Amino acid sequence: MIRLADRAFDPGALLSDFCKGRFESGAVASFTGLARAEAGMATALELEAYPGFTEAQIGVIAAQARERFNLDDALIVHRTGRIAPGEPIVFVATAARHRRAAFEACDFLMDYLKSRAPFWKKEYGPDGARWVEPRDQDHADVARWE
Amino acid sequence: MARVLLFGPLGDLAGWRERVVEAGAGSVAALRDLLAAEDADLGLALSAPGVQVAVDQAIVRGDIALAAGAEVAFLPPMSGG
Repeated sequence: MIRLADRAFDPGALLSDFCKGRFESGAVASFTGLARAEAGMATALELEAYPGFTEAQIGVIAAQARERFNLDDALIVHRTGRIAPGEPIVFVATAARHRRAAFEACDFLMDYLKSRAPFWKKEYGPDGARWVEPRDQDHADVARWE
Repeated sequence: MARVLLFGPLGDLAGWRERVVEAGAGSVAALRDLLAAEDADLGLALSAPGVQVAVDQAIVRGDIALAAGAEVAFLPPMSGG
């Protein structure tokens, strides 16, 4: 399941709900990404998505993850709008029969989300705002899976 | 007629994020030329490497004809998470 959230969400509650009623999965891995304060240099993030298209594009990669890692299920929740330091930006949970697949699928999905999913991220700070582009490391991370 | 959407820095550069182009947008290239004639900086940015184009929410490569009422989105490099 893929969801864009325009308000703050509780990753703990998402994880609890995701684990409920699973009798065969055996392994759930999750990742929560938080907005960094950068020692006061980042006062807020603004995340822009392309509603409809963004969910569909993430859906394509989530389907790949399900097949590649033989997942039982995956949940991706991604913030849009203005995000304060310390607030969750993204939450990914994966369920599989065994832990390795759950860990790896979570890692795979996050690498994709950082540099390939249709989001645009603006960072506000004391000196104004700037659009954040993926770092070389982000491109290298996603290339590991290709 | 085409509905044009600009995302990320492209929207800031243009000063708009969504508008309807009434005439002269028969293809992606024609639409880009039309926008570039109005705003040369935007024209350059739309042609920059790394800017992808989606027509009716599907990524397209190269030039394609646009049906009336097409939704054309210009997508600069993406960054989530």
